[in-house]
Amino acid sequence: MHPAFSVLFFTTLSGAGYGLLAWTMLLLGFDRGGALLGVAPLLFLGLIGTATTLFTAGLLSSLGHLGQPQRAWRALSQWRSSWLSREGVLAVGVYLPVGLLAWWLSAPLRGESTGAGLGDGARWVILAAALLALATVACTAMIYASLKPVPAWRHPLVLPVYLAFALLTGLLLMLLGQRLSGGLAITPLLVVAGGLALLLAVMKLAYWRGIDRAPLPVSRASALGLPADRVATVFERPHTEANYLTTEMGFVLARKHSRKLRMMALALFALVPVLACLLAWAVPAAATPALALAVLAALLGALVERWLFFAEAKHLVTLYY
Amino acid sequence: MTDLPKPTARKLGLVIDLDTCVGCHACAVSCKEWNAGGIAGPLTDERPYAKDPSGVWFNRVHSYEVAATATQPASTLHFPRSCLHCETPACVTVCPTGASYKRAEDGIVLVDEDKCIGCKLCSWACPYGAREYSPVEGVMKKCTLCVDRIYNETIPEASRQPACVQACPTKARHFGDLGDPASAVSQLVAERGGLPLMPELGYAPVNRYLPPRPRRAGPADEATATAPAETLDASQLNPLLRWLDRALSR
Repeated sequence: MHPAFSVLFFTTLSGAGYGLLAWTMLLLGFDRGGALLGVAPLLFLGLIGTATTLFTAGLLSSLGHLGQPQRAWRALSQWRSSWLSREGVLAVGVYLPVGLLAWWLSAPLRGESTGAGLGDGARWVILAAALLALATVACTAMIYASLKPVPAWRHPLVLPVYLAFALLTGLLLMLLGQRLSGGLAITPLLVVAGGLALLLAVMKLAYWRGIDRAPLPVSRASALGLPADRVATVFERPHTEANYLTTEMGFVLARKHSRKLRMMALALFALVPVLACLLAWAVPAAATPALALAVLAALLGALVERWLFFAEAKHLVTLYY
Repeated sequence: MTDLPKPTARKLGLVIDLDTCVGCHACAVSCKEWNAGGIAGPLTDERPYAKDPSGVWFNRVHSYEVAATATQPASTLHFPRSCLHCETPACVTVCPTGASYKRAEDGIVLVDEDKCIGCKLCSWACPYGAREYSPVEGVMKKCTLCVDRIYNETIPEASRQPACVQACPTKARHFGDLGDPASAVSQLVAERGGLPLMPELGYAPVNRYLPPRPRRAGPADEATATAPAETLDASQLNPLLRWLDRALSR
């Protein structure tokens, strides 16, 4: 499949943004009582703002993939059958609790602080924001996982990997944000981040092993309506030049370089973050640069992995070519 | 709505005879000609007179070489590929806008180009490569089964067929209601063992392809047999040729 950069940026940036939002909501859920004290509102506003910037940039980038972006609002209508539409509905829905929380958290800045934390009602808003963020990522994954003509995307690890990438990049971003704002105790979360990076590496290795070993589920004979024992080879293509199908679905560059690119992706999204987390844990003074490096590496690794996810996937229409 | 209609009684579609198709591309060309001005028009070409022209075609004719088996000789296969108007088309259900739809009255799968946002997801969802995106209009295009011909009361009744069917010089393409077991196309499918493509994917294509009829196998050693040795009986020749034969044989 042709890896369109608008889609690659959309899935990695919005994934990181939604992951960051989910982790921030977890933190806010535990810290609801002190959320309006001292620098806490600034920290939370900064984290929520960063998350919103990231997923908004991702969503805008995805509009670049459309032929008629001014009609994008129509994509909210078919949530009953289409994962893409569901993703759109949830992505718009996320802005509601995020806006509400931003308003509440900015009370001290407006000079309206009462000294009390966020009210009990905020619990549900926090929960809604976290669930909507993760559900949006799940819908993104399901857009691909539901496509039968692209067998590599039907692999059962596609959905978990999308979620794990969102959680890993989001967590690293949150840890960096916490450090930059003066640092809360982050040791347990460093362990979680390292564990997530390792889990992701294991899942991706299993995915790659799986797609390398699985033959295409459909044969050319079946695509042509011939008996299974007839072997057909291309004698003449319909047209001498490339067409939409061969450029969009028949992308072959990645399969040639897949081994090197896979190792590069693994090093970036797993090895570097694990080492950076170890360093941040062992030498707290070096935590800020280490986490900054981890964030950059993980995002870049996610981008390479996403590029491979598209470029390595073979569409069944290639059976005809 | 991109929800599918209840299974339709009428299932309009094509039956394509792979035994008689000669790969002349007349179907593809006449389709392009009609649909460039029909409801799916324009079928824009990009850089039509440059080095790498490209454009939208609803029909593409592939040619294959089919290897010999124990009972069948090697042969060529011409294979016209177009939309199969599936009964459960994923290209419709993945559409986020409702631009893609399947008609309840006759099962034709269409795109409402005024609603299409050009996300291309429907083309990813089709294993048959039936949908092609036009970057010029920014929308997805596909075979309409010439819906603007088959119901068109302003053209002669004999012309109310898809353009590709009318153009086929070997009558390899047939149009009709595959939901009616008594229709001519259904009977043709029953008689010739017509097949759906990639049935294992579960999209239940309406169109059927009639497989090539079994060929008479030639002699088993046909490919390896050497040409019969030529002999020349010089005594049968006239004197001039006999002399020539002798002179040239030296």
